[in-house]
Order: sequence, then structure tokens, then C-alpha cells
Amino acid sequence: MEKSVVFNGKLLPYLLLAPQLAITLIFFYWPASQAIWQSFLREDAFGLNSEFVGLENYQALFAQPEYYTAIGTTVVFSSLVTVLSLGVALLFATQADKNLKGASAYKTLMIWPYAVAPAIAGVLWFFIFHPTLGTLARPLRVMGFNWNPMLDGTHAMILVVMAAVWKQVAYNFLFFLAGLQAIPKSVIEAGAIDGAGPLRRFWTIIFPLLSPTTFFLLVVNIVYVFFETFGIIDAVTAGGPAGSTTTMVYKVFADGRLGGDLGGSAAQSVVLMVIVIALTAIQFRYVERKVQY
Amino acid sequence: MANVTLRNVRKIYPGGFEAIKGVDIEVGDGQFCVLVGPSGCGKSTLLRMVAGLETISSGEIDIGGRVVNAIEPAERDIAMVFQNYALYPHMTVYNNMAYGLRNRRMPEAEIKTRVEDAARILELGTMLQRKPRQLSGGQRQRVAMGRAIVRQPKVFLFDEPLSNLDAKLRIAMRVEIRKLQRRLNTTAIYVTHDQLEAMTLADILVVMNGGKVEQIGNPLDIYQKPATTFVASFIGAPPMNLMPLDGLRRQLHGADAVPAEAGQLGIRPEDFELGETVPAGGVGLDLRVDAIEHVGAETYVYGSRQDADGDDRLTATANDVIVRLPGVTAPEIGARIRAVAPRAKLHLFSADGRQRLPV
Repeated sequence: MEKSVVFNGKLLPYLLLAPQLAITLIFFYWPASQAIWQSFLREDAFGLNSEFVGLENYQALFAQPEYYTAIGTTVVFSSLVTVLSLGVALLFATQADKNLKGASAYKTLMIWPYAVAPAIAGVLWFFIFHPTLGTLARPLRVMGFNWNPMLDGTHAMILVVMAAVWKQVAYNFLFFLAGLQAIPKSVIEAGAIDGAGPLRRFWTIIFPLLSPTTFFLLVVNIVYVFFETFGIIDAVTAGGPAGSTTTMVYKVFADGRLGGDLGGSAAQSVVLMVIVIALTAIQFRYVERKVQY
Repeated sequence: MANVTLRNVRKIYPGGFEAIKGVDIEVGDGQFCVLVGPSGCGKSTLLRMVAGLETISSGEIDIGGRVVNAIEPAERDIAMVFQNYALYPHMTVYNNMAYGLRNRRMPEAEIKTRVEDAARILELGTMLQRKPRQLSGGQRQRVAMGRAIVRQPKVFLFDEPLSNLDAKLRIAMRVEIRKLQRRLNTTAIYVTHDQLEAMTLADILVVMNGGKVEQIGNPLDIYQKPATTFVASFIGAPPMNLMPLDGLRRQLHGADAVPAEAGQLGIRPEDFELGETVPAGGVGLDLRVDAIEHVGAETYVYGSRQDADGDDRLTATANDVIVRLPGVTAPEIGARIRAVAPRAKLHLFSADGRQRLPV
């Protein structure tokens, strides 16, 4: 067992923790508590006064058919983004893990998209696939494909999913690569001697041994698709056309910021928070146990 | 049932580094061949080439009458035990052993029989449902062995399988491996840097250095007649004393003369006796005792030569001589002693140490 060093000072540990605690309190707990409080209030149209309305905001929310549409959109969007960004990243990482020429340059380039801010990534994709301006939209039309994410909800969804995946693959790639490199080479060689071909080795040895990494990334990616893809959606489609890419987090913004319904928007963010907490808890409770070996 | 033959095998890495410089080895069916040498001598690379984990740059490797150069590891009918055991950490002991059989689509009933047989032989019967992390080092080692034996391969390959175990367990497992291999009568190639392991396990001992075979043969023959000074100093602990002949020529002249091309003399520590009279044709070294090591059954006396007559080719180490005495009686530190060795116990080598010469 490792021995731990014991410091007797009482003040120093708190001082060292203080900056992180302050950030957490100011930027996470305080806004979250404000959101909860605000979800019980109704503000007048001019923001001059507000009254306590109890659960009325929640009742109104769940009576809205658009809200269920947003939940459905979120399920589709988040499953697609999570599965694709994990899958693509894993594919890239397994290729980069091979001893190929230029692998290190490839690895460095792979990480670049992560450094791009979500809104900027969104603008890039918006322009590349813009039905009239886009450099890639034109060839699509030339090939006879009537590409128009401004009018077609499915096209819009494909576009935001691609943008969100593109952005997240870099991060997942990095962790998968590190995970792959942590697998002892001899275990894979033992598999080869034991008569397992490359695919069988991957599914019976490498993939199970990567499962702690995959699990970690699953949690991170779900949080990512639920919250951080907001910037991409806003820049690419602004939730349109006709609400077909309005995810739950985008609806919080649209209703609160654009629609001025602060109480209703706060209620939505509380619901969103509960869902993400529940999802994370479920993952830790049921999935994590299975990934430890 | 398989011979393993290596014919002029070479390994050249893309950078131009030649790790294996033309090796010929012939291992008969059921024989236990040990590759021994210092780290970096290419012994592990050679074993990995036999396994198919490294490509062969030139030459041929033949397993059971079939050249396997272009054959995948899985198709070579070999099993390998790795230094770090390379167990599948997410599988139970049972599944670790069954994995290779399942990959070969063996019926589950037969897998069960084979795994349970192996578990009984290796005393792993109660641990079949455990995961590797719940096992001790010695148990993991046995699982790795089990994984190799359930396959009933033509050849076992061992890559320093005991070096992660503590000293006591290492000796016990060494005996186990030898017994197991005899019982199964499977050809084995075993890599180690431990000369004691090499001596005790081998039917055929291959001493390697710098990508080449220094000597091949029966362990005792190699011990008694090392072909080069490298082998002489590598095999045997404490190592053979090697010294330049020049200062000793006045003892070895006339009828006792040694071949003119001989440049170095070797004497094993246990071949010395303490005494005044030098046996006819033998040598006597006058030593000052520098240190004594008692190991119980025997005593090592570390002395420095006082008879070296200012020959500037003598280095400090060539002046140091180790004498092994039986029991616990030993001279005092600082005492002057004479260590004598008979003619039959002398080893003569050419000046560059590459050639053994008749005494």
C-alpha cells in the first residue's frame, strides 16, 4: 500500500482548495440555484417585477407539445452525436496506434478541431454547407442531390450532427489513443498467438480493455451533447428549420432569451439538469461496475 | 512432436541495425533449449522471430519440418509464456486458458476437459473463476503456463517467464517448468539472462552475445569447455577468473609450455586450492586477501595478485582473483596466500578471447 503524507495544518488545505471551490460555487452552484428559484417565479413582460407561482411553470411546460418535440430531437441528436463521435474517434485512434509513417503528425492534426470554439466551428460548417454559398453544397447539388439544410429538417439535423461530431472526435480520439497505448503489447501478441485474428482481437481483448476509457468518454460526451452543442446549433441552424434542430438546451435559450419567458426557461433548465444528473448517476451505478476488471 | 531448426537467421531493423547476425540452432524433438546472454544480445528477438511476432530478415525457421517464415503466429502451432504473463485482465482464469481453444472452435466439452486437466496439473483448480488481478505473481505465472499447455502445441516458447518472481518462487517454478516439459515431452525454447536457470533447465544451451551465438551445446560441456572468454565469464557464478598469460609464462615453460598463440588463462574459482607447492604444469598465484564472503556451504576469497610482475597490460580487474573454498574456514583479510590449480583445470584462450586452445 502507498503511504500518504499527513500534514497537520488545518488552514493550508482549505486555502489550496479555495480557488476551485470558489469557481464551482460562483459558476455552477449559484447559477443552478438561481435557475431553480427562478423556475418558481413569473416575471412580467418588462422584467419589472415577478411573483411566486409555484409549479405553474412546470405545468405549462409539460402541456406544451413543442417541448416533447424538443425532447425527441434531443434524444436523436445526442444518440447520433455520442455514438458517431465515439465510433469515429475509436476508429481513428486504432489506426493512429499502428506504427505508421507520419503517425505523430496525424495525431497532432487530429486534436486541432478541439481548439476551435463551438460557435466558430458552427459558422465554418454553416458556410461550407450553405445551400447557396457552400463549397460542398454545390458539388452535392451538381450530383443531383437537393441539399438544403435551410428548408429540410433532416438535412439540418445531419449538418448539426456532423458539426458536433467533428468537434468532439478530437477529444475522444486523444483519450482512446491514450487508452490503447496503455494496453500491454504482449497481451495483444498473446491474443495473436492464441489464434485470434485482428478483428476478433479487437472485440475480445482491446475493446473490453478500453471499456473504462469508453465509459468515461460516454459520460463526458453526454454532458457535451446536452449542453455544449448549444453554440454549434445556434451558429448553424438557430434551432430551425421549424424547430427541427431545437434540442432541449437550445429551447432553454430560445424561450428565455428570445421569447422572454424567464420562468419557463428556468423550469426547462431544471428539467435538463435533472435528466443529466439522472443519466450520469445511472451510468455510474450500472455501467461502471461492468467496465472494471 | 517437432524439431525446431534455425538456418542462418538474421534480423535487420529498418534503421540498419543488425540485431541477429546469422544464427544456426537445431533443437531436437522434446528437447529443452535455453537461449542465454546479457540484455541486448538478441535472445528475446530470436524467440519472437520463432513465435512470429518479429519478421525474419533472412534465413529460415523450420518448425516440425515446415518453414514458417511467412506463417502467422497463430498457425505455427506454438504457445508462448511472456515475461509479464500477458494474461487477459478482463477474463477469468478459466477463460484465459480457454480463449485460444475457443478461437480454434474446439467443442466446449473438450475445452472444459483440457482446462480442468491443466488446472489440476498446475494446482489452479480452485481459482478458475478468479480474475488475474486476484492472483499472486506465482499463480499468474501458472495461469500463463496453463494457457500454453491446454493448446498442446508443438513448441513452448518462454520469454524470461520467471524474472518477475521472487527468488524462492523462481527456483520452485524452475523445477516445475522442467518437470512439466519432461512430462509433456514438448520441445521448448526458453530465454533467460540468468545463467543458473540456463544451466539447470537446458538440454541444449545456446550462449548468445551481440546477436551471435557464442557457443552451443550441453550445459556441462559449456561449463567445462567454454569456447570463448565471453562464455567463460558469463557461465558460472562467481565467474571464471581470466588473466593475461604473460606474467605466468615463467611458471609455464619448458615441458610445461603452453601454445604460443595462447594469450589468456582462465581458472574457475572452485578449481583453486590453497597450498605452497605448485602442481607440475599447473599455476600458483600469490594473493593478498581483500575480502571474504561466507555463504554457508562455501566461502569466497577475493584476493589481488602479488606475483604480477608490473606488466602494464594487467588491468586492475585482471589482478583480482576469486577463490572458492569449501566450508567456512578462510584466511584472514590482509593475509598472503598462494592459490594453486592443476594443469587439467586450466583454460587457455587466444589473446582476443575468441578462441579456446588446448592446454
